[in-house]
Amino acid sequence: MNIIVCIKRVPDTETRIKVGEDGVAIDVTGVNYVLNPYDEYAVEEAIRIKEKDKSTKITVICYGPGESTKEIRTALAMGCDDGVLIKDEGASARSPDAVSSILSSAIEGREYDLLLFGKQAVDDDAGAVGAMTATRLKLPFVASINALELSEGKAVAKRDVEGGVQTFEAPLPASFSAQKGLNEPRLPALKGIMKAKKKKIEELGPGEAEDKIRVQKMEMPEQRSGGKIVGEGAEAVVELVRLLREEAKVL
Amino acid sequence: MAGCVLAYAECREGKIHPSTFEAVRAAGLLAEPLGLSVAAIVIGDGLDDDAGALGGYGAAKAVVVETTGAPPAPSRWARTAADVARAEQAAAVVLPASITGKELGPLLAAELDAGYLPDVTGLSVEDGAVVSKRPVYAGKAFVTVKAVSSPVVVSIRPKAFAAGEPEAGATAEIAKAELAAEEARDAKQTGFESKGGGKIELTEADIIVSGGRGMKGPENYEIIETLASLLDAAVGASRSAVDAGWRPHADQVGQTGKTVSPDLYIACGISGAIQHLAGMGSSKTIVAINKDPEAPIFKVADYGVVGDLFDCVPALTEEVKKVKE
Repeated sequence: MNIIVCIKRVPDTETRIKVGEDGVAIDVTGVNYVLNPYDEYAVEEAIRIKEKDKSTKITVICYGPGESTKEIRTALAMGCDDGVLIKDEGASARSPDAVSSILSSAIEGREYDLLLFGKQAVDDDAGAVGAMTATRLKLPFVASINALELSEGKAVAKRDVEGGVQTFEAPLPASFSAQKGLNEPRLPALKGIMKAKKKKIEELGPGEAEDKIRVQKMEMPEQRSGGKIVGEGAEAVVELVRLLREEAKVL
Repeated sequence: MAGCVLAYAECREGKIHPSTFEAVRAAGLLAEPLGLSVAAIVIGDGLDDDAGALGGYGAAKAVVVETTGAPPAPSRWARTAADVARAEQAAAVVLPASITGKELGPLLAAELDAGYLPDVTGLSVEDGAVVSKRPVYAGKAFVTVKAVSSPVVVSIRPKAFAAGEPEAGATAEIAKAELAAEEARDAKQTGFESKGGGKIELTEADIIVSGGRGMKGPENYEIIETLASLLDAAVGASRSAVDAGWRPHADQVGQTGKTVSPDLYIACGISGAIQHLAGMGSSKTIVAINKDPEAPIFKVADYGVVGDLFDCVPALTEEVKKVKE
């Protein structure tokens, strides 16, 4: 079995966001970057499949700036086999439609049974690249899965939707995006980290792609005025309920 | 020349879901300055009457695609909607950003080779182009994004656009369209297990009562649930409560969970990690109950109560009961 996992380098969720000088993106000063948390579930799922079927080969593909080799090596250290970087210093400004076109060009011609994504990147929160790439490659796609089983050329996946759980069945090759809960991603072991350091990462250029949407402005949310303490202990709830009814008018 | 702005009718368990009304209204916000009409696309079984009623929210026309049996695969739905969007010359397609809407949006955009504006909280038209405002980094920042090609697919965040009351007597003209042909690549839906019938969705709730690490264990959520059911509220949780296995991931509020903006958010025993604050910071009114007066949650809370949640939450339930009588 061959698995491709698409990953992204994103600011850690601990990051305090500030708008950068260009006014359309964040100030990257001092930002700590990590492998996108949802992509970790996709990487982990691929590794679990490999643990059951040792002949499995896992390739991680990352579209991003040169520094993304760090996140690729994280995935390799967890247990993936090969890394591919589609290097573009301007990657973070590209729209999902352009990114999906760049990724599908890099994926086309490779052999794979499964194409996995995280359900969204925790930077732009668009959740679009997986579905768009799968459509361009004419693959079955199910978003936001929290269970995956493979057998005899097909995949069965489950996901939570409003009001229940849906089960889908798709022939391979197929594509899925991973939701939290799919598995518990492992931390890379020291041996894996050492091995990953020595691996050669294939490097590609991004080629041409047009952006169909453009960010014009980034701004901070309105500051909340908060900070009013109604009182201490259970006695304070009388005043709290009065304020919620009479001042906030939400009860 | 484009002819309409198309709104997608989300159907859940055989009925048009109210989030559709918000999508039809949002489509109207674009259609008016563009000088276009609003149409809706309804894929389901025997929904002609409900589709016609979308006229009350501003749809001039409803294109109904009849299906029976298992719902069509998302990819097949996307091809069907793309066919209708092309036939109706849609300048934009608007969907509710539900879990399925968030999947259908990019599938449809890719089918139409269109741009996609996800999970937007504001919409306008500038120089004939669709402009959206949306949160990024789970709400830590907002971006204004312009569509530089047409058509464009837009998903709207639940509760961000008002559905309002329907106009009495207005009905949409019904037209019919066919499902796109099935293809081998369509993932088949083989099962649906209904859960918690009538449970209020976090992202759609007017009130949320949320519990964090201060709950000390899963068995203690009963006091949260009692208060929530009294208020017709949804129950949320912090990441630490979810990671501890006390609550399902579907309940998680914050980055790597859900971003919510209810009218009232009651945070119980939640300290207020930056990821959590991002996910609930746009709530209209925030109440925090925490025994640590230094907890960051108090900095964003409109009303804070410093105290043990095991005393305060039941007391709050009793007080709400009193005023509700």
